[in-house]
Amino acid sequence: MIVLGIETSCDETAAAVVRHGREVLANIVSSQLDLHRAFGGVVPDLASRQHLQRIEPVIQQALETAGVSWDRIEAVAATYGPGLASSLLVGWNVGRGLALTLGVPFVAINHLQAHLYSPLIEHGDKALPMIGLVVSGGHTVLAEVAGIGDHRVLGQTRDDAAGEAFDKVARLLGLRYPGGPEIERHATSGNPHAVEFPRGLAHDDSLDFSFSGLKTAVRYWLEKNPIKTEAQRADICASFQEAVVDVLVSKTIRAAEQRGIRQVSISGGVSQNRRLRQRMAEECAARKWRLLTVPAALCTDNAAMIAALADRYLNSATHRVSDHAVEPSACLT
Amino acid sequence: MVTTTSDPSETARVGEQLAAELTPGTVLAIQGDLGAGKTCFVQGLARGLGFRGAVTSPTFTLIHEYRGGRLPLYHIDLYRLTDPQQAVAIGVEEYFDAGGVTVIEWPERIASLLPAHTRWVEIAITGPTTRQLTIR
Repeated sequence: MIVLGIETSCDETAAAVVRHGREVLANIVSSQLDLHRAFGGVVPDLASRQHLQRIEPVIQQALETAGVSWDRIEAVAATYGPGLASSLLVGWNVGRGLALTLGVPFVAINHLQAHLYSPLIEHGDKALPMIGLVVSGGHTVLAEVAGIGDHRVLGQTRDDAAGEAFDKVARLLGLRYPGGPEIERHATSGNPHAVEFPRGLAHDDSLDFSFSGLKTAVRYWLEKNPIKTEAQRADICASFQEAVVDVLVSKTIRAAEQRGIRQVSISGGVSQNRRLRQRMAEECAARKWRLLTVPAALCTDNAAMIAALADRYLNSATHRVSDHAVEPSACLT
Repeated sequence: MVTTTSDPSETARVGEQLAAELTPGTVLAIQGDLGAGKTCFVQGLARGLGFRGAVTSPTFTLIHEYRGGRLPLYHIDLYRLTDPQQAVAIGVEEYFDAGGVTVIEWPERIASLLPAHTRWVEIAITGPTTRQLTIR
């Protein structure tokens, strides 16, 4: 089955063509941030209109890159939430309109579910069952996935997402945006135990996360100990990163132990962090568990994960697909 | 009104109490440095409105909508934006008269767009966990 996927939940206008939920034939992301630069810094009048302007060329490019004509598209999928109402509406309506025109099913997909199931694109059915950690700028969710459409949330952030903590601490340290890669770069030469920053909710029985207190702790540390050398900056980056990674790893491993599941996946933008990958890999290896990761192009917001999950749902004997209306505050359900 | 709080839970409680006075169309502009407790205050506000789910920072996602309480709560975070036109672009103004309570973090980014009846909440950091809240 060949599925066209569309994703416009926030900044990105994205379209992808995926075959059998596994083969990504095209994965086009037209970042609006790039567009701002392309327009010489002129800010668009309406983000939704920006999506509207970009969506047709992005879809066309996806079909051309995939080498697939319209008559071979067997389903169209689009994100219904969570995200910005005005942005979601563009992708959802275009997707539904295309499906009606083509006479194929329309599948509305939850953006967080798409991230959660994205390891299946590369690893296939053997990825299940798994404990999945979705970690990005906007989200930090831990879930158990038993089968297609059979998942439940085990924990999530109570305040800031992990990626957001990276960006805000980067700003406190005077580093460039986006802060995640910058902190990771400076951290490589730092001592991760130079400062023992607090591990939010580490000793809490729940599998929830909290990164707000960590951000505040770094702020106080910097007020009392202003950075004078690059080595000090590296130490703070490494110590902060270690605090985030510690909690992400320990709660994920604890979830897998509690649920008796020996496969762990990490997806979403922050899952690209090498220290997180390394520490998670070590903990999994020590238990002879399997760690599933997701390639960079499928970690940031993209439409391939939307198309791939739609294919899974369409081919599932138990899960019913729906044309769920746009829901900006959708949870991982 | 000026209140001093000694920890995050007290900051949240001020938000919870303020929720009782809010009416449809209220716009709250919340000012405070990184780590001052803005999201914490909004969590209290949501609880005061009767919302029972998780309330998280919308820094990346820009806008979170919470329904199920006495009034809908629209939680907007302009931290990532650099220009008022971007706020217009994501539909910020449309929330002002949508019948709920609109809370805006980093409101100085769009001071010119805020309605005249906007109420301002300033959270000043006075110590490691103590805060001074000024509501006007």
